[in-house]
Amino acid sequence: MLVIGERINGMFKDVGKAIVDQDKQVIQDLAKKQLVAGADVLDVNVGPAAADAVGAMQWLVETIQEAVDLPLALDSTKFEVIEAGLKLVKKKAIINSTSAKKEKLEKLIPLAKQYGAGLIGLTMGETGIPRDRHQRSEFAAVIVSACMEAGIDLGGLYLDPIILPVNVAQPQALEVLEAIREFQLLSDPPPKTVVGLSNVSQGAEQRSLINRTFLVMAQAMGLSAAIADPLDKELMDALITAELLLNKHIYCASYLDAYKKK
Amino acid sequence: MSVELLKEKWSNTINSLTIGATKEQGGSRTSIITAGGESTLPYLFSEGEMPHRPVIAMEIFDVEPTDWPPVLKEPFKDVLNNPVEWAKKCVNKYQAQSLCLKLQGAHPDFGNLSADQAAATVKSVLGAVGVPLIILGCGNDEKDAAILPKCCEVAKGENCLFGDATEKNYKTLTAACLADGHNIIAESPIDINIAKQVNILISDMGFDLNKIAINPTIGALGYGMEYAYSIMERARLAALSGDKMLAMPFICFVGQEAWRAKEAKGPQAEHPQWGPEAERGPVWEATTAVSMLVAGADILVMRHPQAVAIVRGTIEKLMEK
Repeated sequence: MLVIGERINGMFKDVGKAIVDQDKQVIQDLAKKQLVAGADVLDVNVGPAAADAVGAMQWLVETIQEAVDLPLALDSTKFEVIEAGLKLVKKKAIINSTSAKKEKLEKLIPLAKQYGAGLIGLTMGETGIPRDRHQRSEFAAVIVSACMEAGIDLGGLYLDPIILPVNVAQPQALEVLEAIREFQLLSDPPPKTVVGLSNVSQGAEQRSLINRTFLVMAQAMGLSAAIADPLDKELMDALITAELLLNKHIYCASYLDAYKKK
Repeated sequence: MSVELLKEKWSNTINSLTIGATKEQGGSRTSIITAGGESTLPYLFSEGEMPHRPVIAMEIFDVEPTDWPPVLKEPFKDVLNNPVEWAKKCVNKYQAQSLCLKLQGAHPDFGNLSADQAAATVKSVLGAVGVPLIILGCGNDEKDAAILPKCCEVAKGENCLFGDATEKNYKTLTAACLADGHNIIAESPIDINIAKQVNILISDMGFDLNKIAINPTIGALGYGMEYAYSIMERARLAALSGDKMLAMPFICFVGQEAWRAKEAKGPQAEHPQWGPEAERGPVWEATTAVSMLVAGADILVMRHPQAVAIVRGTIEKLMEK
């Protein structure tokens, strides 16, 4: 399971403030902590507050890369913000994200190709947020075929079925789980899948419990990556234990430690 | 139409472990050996590399072994009570690349020799031959905790391979090997979960993963060999797929296991249909050894010179590309 650490996002107060104040320490601490906690990739999102989003992305990428040697997922709805990050990354990055909308695909797929970056594809299209598993699969198919046509490496494509908060759209959790399974039928080898995990518990009280329960269910469906908070120890322990039960690691008494030493 | 064979691509390689140190490296060995380093399952040269050929270490005891059958004693009958001469014979007559010295005499049931006596033996064997040394305790935890640190100390700089550390008893030996710069054997009872656990415990003490060899514990032909085989295969598959806690070379104590089998040592007088034991015993040991090679063994600890010769020839053939 690829863990994409979600903490460096301007939506979080500490990060938003650090961007405004150009406080490297806060960002680098978060980067290091997430690395130690088991993040494989760090998501980087300048958030809504930054007046100069391109400049903020450049500053974040450079600041993070001074502290850790991890690949980054450049998270923005703006093309030029993502491109600004791609120009600076030292390791193969992931573009977060395209959708199945034509205008998005036409811009972001060539960008992924040009920079050899991975790509997260949100399964939403012209008609907006998908209502069920079938619509998710339709949008997924649009993204997969666009990538195939463009000749980009499908191994770097992560399909995101879009999780909705359980307190807003309760039936969608099951639809997402089924979609994860269905996406894997779209190509051979199957495309990878990713979820923005914390969204499932948005506005709920038992956030950590809901997150980790859903993560484990999604892992059982074959989920390959999650944008999540690696600093949530119980979440990481559940993730590692689920991988163990799915026979992805060899058991030993200290299997939690063994995962962290991988 | 030609058929294209599907090839595995592995993401990880097995650690390379070096035993021995030359004068330039701070020791006094005239040769050193390196084991491991594979980036493929055994001998699949089209999928990856085996940069080091498997090594055979001949086993010697510090005191005359009590349970060796006559066929096994025969080649060494003039040196069995003298580890220095025994060591020399293995190297000079049988071209051993490495020796495995078992300090059996320290065991309370086999002489109860002191730490100083054990250390003196280690020192004199190191002085008598130039090949790298594997050094084993007597198997009694309490006694080994007393003798092995002393032996580590007198062998400081020689980069020996010391054993065995187990899940319940690893701290003393790990600390001693760490202090004196030796390699360590991590033993588990034909159990992949414990094999991984012992490696984690040892590495938690700050021990370099590249200096650990896994003793998976094996069974001889007819005595659970296939269990050992499947454990080794599973560990190797996990290691090559990225599990760093299992990516160590394997050391297999073939001689010890093979010569326990009654089919290896039983005299023809008692089992007329089995044929002469002088042939049967070495072949039993060699067959066990070759099976372990194919399972992924990197270091074989063996006893009978004839078996050693057979397996040496087999390694040559297996390594032909």
